[in-house]
Amino acid sequence: MNAARPATTPGQNPALVVDDIHMTYGDLRAVDGVSFTVGEGEFFGILGPNGAGKTTTLEIAEGLREPVSGSVRLLGQSPWPRNLALLPRIGVQLQASAFFERLTAREQLETFGALYGVGGRRVDDMLELVGLADKAGTPEAKLSGGQRQRLSIACALVHDPDVVFLDEPTAALDPQARRNLWDVLREVKSRGKTIVYTTHYLDEAEVLCDRVAIMDRGTILAMDAPARLVRGLDAPTHVILERNSVPLEQARALPGADHASEDGLSLTITTRTPAPVLSALAERNVLDGLQVRTATLEDVFLDLTGREYRA
Amino acid sequence: MTITEKPHRSTESGTAAPTPFVALSRAMIKGFLRDKATLFFTFLFPLMFLVIFGLIFGNQGSSKTEIGVVGDGPVVSALEQSGVVEFKRFGSTEEALTEVTGGDLPAYIAENGNDISLRFAASDSTQAGLVNGLVSGVVDQTNLAATGQPPRFTLDAAQVEDSSLKAIQYMLPGILSWAVSIASVFGAALTFVNWRKKQVLRRLQLAPVQPSTVLGSRIVVSLGVALLQFTLFVGIALLPMFGLRLSGQWWLAIPLLLVGTLAFFSIGMLVGAFCKTEEAASGAANLITLPMAFLSGAFYPVDQMPQWLQTVSKVLPMRHLNDGMLDVMVRDKGAQALLVPAVVLIGFTLVLGFIASKVFRWED
Repeated sequence: MNAARPATTPGQNPALVVDDIHMTYGDLRAVDGVSFTVGEGEFFGILGPNGAGKTTTLEIAEGLREPVSGSVRLLGQSPWPRNLALLPRIGVQLQASAFFERLTAREQLETFGALYGVGGRRVDDMLELVGLADKAGTPEAKLSGGQRQRLSIACALVHDPDVVFLDEPTAALDPQARRNLWDVLREVKSRGKTIVYTTHYLDEAEVLCDRVAIMDRGTILAMDAPARLVRGLDAPTHVILERNSVPLEQARALPGADHASEDGLSLTITTRTPAPVLSALAERNVLDGLQVRTATLEDVFLDLTGREYRA
Repeated sequence: MTITEKPHRSTESGTAAPTPFVALSRAMIKGFLRDKATLFFTFLFPLMFLVIFGLIFGNQGSSKTEIGVVGDGPVVSALEQSGVVEFKRFGSTEEALTEVTGGDLPAYIAENGNDISLRFAASDSTQAGLVNGLVSGVVDQTNLAATGQPPRFTLDAAQVEDSSLKAIQYMLPGILSWAVSIASVFGAALTFVNWRKKQVLRRLQLAPVQPSTVLGSRIVVSLGVALLQFTLFVGIALLPMFGLRLSGQWWLAIPLLLVGTLAFFSIGMLVGAFCKTEEAASGAANLITLPMAFLSGAFYPVDQMPQWLQTVSKVLPMRHLNDGMLDVMVRDKGAQALLVPAVVLIGFTLVLGFIASKVFRWED
């Protein structure tokens, strides 16, 4: 379990310290000894397939649940039991879109804002931040999935919290809506917020997060910056060309090539030293349409669990 | 993602925000007013009952008995002047007899010189007795007048208000309390189920707002809806075509109605705590409000029920709300008539509210 301790020590003032928390539902060990620290201003991702224990971990960190054992310090305080002094400093987006019935986007924000004593300009700022200024008068039920998620994030941010918890904000969104949301999340980070978020999209976490914790079956398998996790994997690089641009035998004989294979469309060369392979291909002038695929967090997951990643 | 500049609605003071209580109440009122189905079942549906029943039973008390008449004479004219029966004239006794034997008329009277004959249908003994008494009374009076003697015994008859009320008088309080029960039970139950399902309750748990504020704002909305119903229903029933007449201290019904609303709200909280989906909650709420309305005499006077049912109905809050409202709104009773209903309703609210708070769940 100690392997899950943070490899790097984030800032002197950690925003969130989770120490060896356990949570069981009946016989199921939903969270089984999870520890991590999130520094101020850090974008921290908790990744893993459905049922890995991400949401439960987040709920314990937010103070929605009491862990069976272990402790949580959020902004230096314990979030459990319900800590009214702490609540204005955290913003939360839950997995379901928690909205009041039949209110417009603006009215949702006004209502949530009023719970924290903010309103007026702040509501307009939030609508602009998430790109919904032109949808202010639209009933929440008539927003698209992506717009609803952005509104939900706006509601989590309306009172300018220090720490933001987002539970799968990009789940069930189409690719374009996901990209739009990434922009919003980057903007939130640039405002100096600490973000703790869960996702089952590993590619997304790789793009957005400063650090990620990969969870499976209630435990953290690995935790580091995404690039460092991938590099640590020492996985081969795949160079993909159009089929027949180089004969298969020649491709196998290229300097540095470990392996080459063909399918109906492409020729794939596997290598641990891509530089000589690429320069040899450049000499043959076959770089058109060439793709280089390096390992991803999915490969890290495969390496850690021995099974394919399935969200 | 275009950003349009719009004039800001509520930015006069920059960061003006209503209190959480006001904001939550406002959110729920808007949600209520924008829900056409709920508006229908809160206002229009009970109103339909009021209008239909009001028109069906509206002039029941003033309908007169119609009898057949053959021939003419002092008895027939005296009967006509009494104004208690309506005449259907026939040329011959055979025609009139056909109508009576056919069940279309309760009786006919034939006057031919000094012979007066009355034939009545045996099937309806009440009507037969009525007509019999009436006609023999008129015949006796005419006989007496014919002798020229002053009557020795005089009868002083005058109309008095009886306690069995005109239909609209007992229907208005009944349908009003039924309507309030629908709005409060459904309102409370559906809000809690919906907020739990959509995780609004958990979201509120993570906002710096007290549970009492959340509950209080929901209760205030229910009380406001009940007041609206009271105003609308009483206003319509007062129209001449329905003819409701309120007695002196009718306004005492308002505080009682609000206490009743709380009792129904506590039922809704209990339903909301047990049901997982809105469909289940609607079903359960229907299952409670409709039988309760029937047993509590919301649609007909409770004394028409068997005695044991009347006793059973005393455990229902609507029964006491009905009794209390009838007493002050149409039976011209004072505040002391509300003592028992108010105590029962408050007690009911406290007990159910306590149970509901014990079984309350923030999430499924």
